[in-house]
Amino acid sequence: MLDFAIGHFNTVTYILLMMIGFHAMTSKTNLVKKVVGMNIFQWSIILFIVSLAAKQGATIPIVLGGHDDHGVAPILEASQYVNPLPHVLMLTAIVVGLATTGVALALLLRIYKRYGTLEEDELLEKIQTSG
Amino acid sequence: MKYLDLIVTGLTGLLLLLGSLGMPETGDPKSPASVHVSPRYIEQSFEETAVPNLVTAILADYRSFDTLGEATVIFTGALAVLLILRTGRDEEKDQGDS
Amino acid sequence: MNAAHESLVIRTICRLVAVFTQLFGLYVIMHGHSSPGGGFQGGVILASSFILLAVSDGIGEVQRRFSLKALTILTSAGVFLYAGIGVVCLLLGANFLDYGILPLPEPRSLGMLGIEIGVGVTVMAATVSIFRDLMLFE
Repeated sequence: MLDFAIGHFNTVTYILLMMIGFHAMTSKTNLVKKVVGMNIFQWSIILFIVSLAAKQGATIPIVLGGHDDHGVAPILEASQYVNPLPHVLMLTAIVVGLATTGVALALLLRIYKRYGTLEEDELLEKIQTSG
Repeated sequence: MKYLDLIVTGLTGLLLLLGSLGMPETGDPKSPASVHVSPRYIEQSFEETAVPNLVTAILADYRSFDTLGEATVIFTGALAVLLILRTGRDEEKDQGDS
Repeated sequence: MNAAHESLVIRTICRLVAVFTQLFGLYVIMHGHSSPGGGFQGGVILASSFILLAVSDGIGEVQRRFSLKALTILTSAGVFLYAGIGVVCLLLGANFLDYGILPLPEPRSLGMLGIEIGVGVTVMAATVSIFRDLMLFE
């Protein structure tokens, strides 16, 4: 059990962060806190997938000595460089997160202007009484 | 039923941990994520594209179609916020609008 | 927000810092080839310089410098540049977004630079547009 936690420390840490975000999304009643929980959940998944790309003793995925002379190509080995594919895929995910948070905040502004409150239970009463 | 939220959250966390028991160790160079197509990208992308940054080379050359879709997503996000929030009542401030 | 307008120290320092932030954002876009960076990162840094000006000087100053017409045109121009480079490759005979066919020295590297500039412009304009809409709603 303990050696699982030490050998897979990224899994345990990011599942803990994911559960913090999930708890914020489901149990808090203020809508802004729900949006913050969604953000935490999303970022923990992005960081988890980036952490799957690590290799022991490898450096960042930029070719060493790459921009000295373009005539001679350096010999590249796959074990010297960190896996670049998860980094690429998560760049897209980060920008999608930005757009989603922007739209969520815009919807919250509209709800506040229409109903005057951002608490979930007060909102349900107002929607049921005013139709 | 007061602590139903905490019970559901804890149960979900336990299920996720159980599901990750078969994953490879952190930093293993033989893990399945680093074996199939990524060695080909690392070894041959500098000769083919002459760009030292492997992440930019994959993002903008080998997978540039996904990046086009993603620029469209950020454009649609700005468009959605515009549609939700602009009511047309601030016309007197934006004289330069067509 | 009103207290920030009336403080001369905050306004002066933020105007100075915003200029250097824009220079750094352009550096990150252009040097995406040999150091960590690229289109998205540089675009967000450029947008953050306008957000800093909005926080310190008020949203009216940002509206004066960056009009709504310019924002709308820039948001579309980035995606247009990206798809335009792809269509040029299509017209020259190769597949869509296949840069090897362009008649330039090191065609794949320069094609990548073009699309990173397009993506950077779109991300900057979209982020400033989202921020402006959120701030001007009453």
